[in-house]
Amino acid sequence: MAYEITLLTTMAISVLFALSLNFISGFCGQISLGHAAFYGAGAYTSAMLAKAGAPFLLTLLPAGLVAGAIGLIVGFASLRVRHDFLAITTMGVGFLFIGLVRQQDVLGGELGISAIPSTGLGKIGFMAFAMGLAALFAGFCVYVKRSWMGFVYDSIADNEDVSEIIGIPVSRYKLIAFAIGTAVAGVAGGLYAHHVRFIAPDSFGFVESVTVLAMVIVGGIGSIWGVAFAAAFLSVLPLWFQPIDDFKILLYGALLFAMMRFSPGGLAGLVARLRGVS
Amino acid sequence: MLTVENLTCGYGDIKAVHDLSFAVGTGEIFAMLGANGAGKTSTIMCLAGHVAAMSGSVSLNGTTITNQPAQARVGHGMALVPEGRRVFAELSVEENLVVGGHTVGGPELTANLERIFGHFPRLAERKTQAAGSLSGGEQQMLAIGRALMANPQLVLIDELSLGLMPKAIDACYEVLQALKADGLSILLVEQNTTRVLDIADQVIVLESGVKSWEGTGADADGNAALLEAYLGTAG
Repeated sequence: MAYEITLLTTMAISVLFALSLNFISGFCGQISLGHAAFYGAGAYTSAMLAKAGAPFLLTLLPAGLVAGAIGLIVGFASLRVRHDFLAITTMGVGFLFIGLVRQQDVLGGELGISAIPSTGLGKIGFMAFAMGLAALFAGFCVYVKRSWMGFVYDSIADNEDVSEIIGIPVSRYKLIAFAIGTAVAGVAGGLYAHHVRFIAPDSFGFVESVTVLAMVIVGGIGSIWGVAFAAAFLSVLPLWFQPIDDFKILLYGALLFAMMRFSPGGLAGLVARLRGVS
Repeated sequence: MLTVENLTCGYGDIKAVHDLSFAVGTGEIFAMLGANGAGKTSTIMCLAGHVAAMSGSVSLNGTTITNQPAQARVGHGMALVPEGRRVFAELSVEENLVVGGHTVGGPELTANLERIFGHFPRLAERKTQAAGSLSGGEQQMLAIGRALMANPQLVLIDELSLGLMPKAIDACYEVLQALKADGLSILLVEQNTTRVLDIADQVIVLESGVKSWEGTGADADGNAALLEAYLGTAG
């Protein structure tokens, strides 16, 4: 039972993390290859505060704020770069984050931070809390998607230039997406730090950024349920089949390739197509 | 309602429009004609805030907007229908319209949708269809509808008839006349059609970035030499 609880907690955190990227890449059409950096910023903030004696719940808000603030700065700096250039810029931010963290003794350097205090919620309580946050954010995403703001994001994802031309303040909406997406990634990072209770720079590297992007793409970029499902499934896949863990990247790569080739709309696109046929 | 005084604009060191002055009155259809490269699109993009003015001034209802960003101009009652329609191909007809109404909220948005579907019954029939699957004429109607969603007092339309069949052009012009009757001011840029002269109250002709002729639509319509020289057609 304990193992299942761990799996479900991992799923919930991944869902929250993947949905946070979906807000930026799916809603707003801004591809990020460095999203794990914000996850990491949140994880480190939460872990440091917890080590300093702050209660778990109080570490999540600063985790979100720190990640969101960095996200806003990166977003601001990225306003003029688009498409592949944005992907490369965000990738650079990811490497920068790892490089900086490695050099900071205060952050544990290469060794990371271990013995992060317990949340005090109990295993089941923590699982329920993580699931609650993931569900809450999924609900928020649905709300935004259905509001006029969702249509504005659709228009930016469809064609940024035209949105600009008809007078939509594109930059402002992009910054809002960046701030919300990265702040939520920070909260997810805080959960992660308290889930595994040990963090190191490698947990937030390029591979993690690609992994979360794979979840979004496999699920169907922009689709809330598709991304949530893909994140839940892909996060535990390597745990279910232990041998797969070594081949995780291979598996993700193959899945990405297959999705791009056969269903660029991801699982959500596949489901929509099957429904349309039957 | 729109007053343009001594406007010069362009890109980098290149001036596309020189010292241009004109005024569009309330409830008027104002046509700007000229050959390719005459500076029509540069003018309209400058009025909408996408090309910076180098000198001169633009004012809308007495407010100077020369250096305001594009989105502020939408707030002041100006909306743009860009050249080539540029609808959001993957969004549905209705979603395209909602995006255009991002500055108005709630009940007004619904009322505006109803109003636009009233003007363009074709769009109402196709409201759940992806905009990319519409015909050129329908896309042009959608682009006009999208601009109207923001409750503008002045609509700038760039090359309305470009690539459309005559029937579709007539349908769009009919709607423009109905909108004009409602008090909307319309600045219409056209290149290859003399049809616009039938509905235009005022006309100016641009040549190499300079105003070379101005008068009423009727004057222009009767001026065969003008039509031949600037529009490349005698009819």
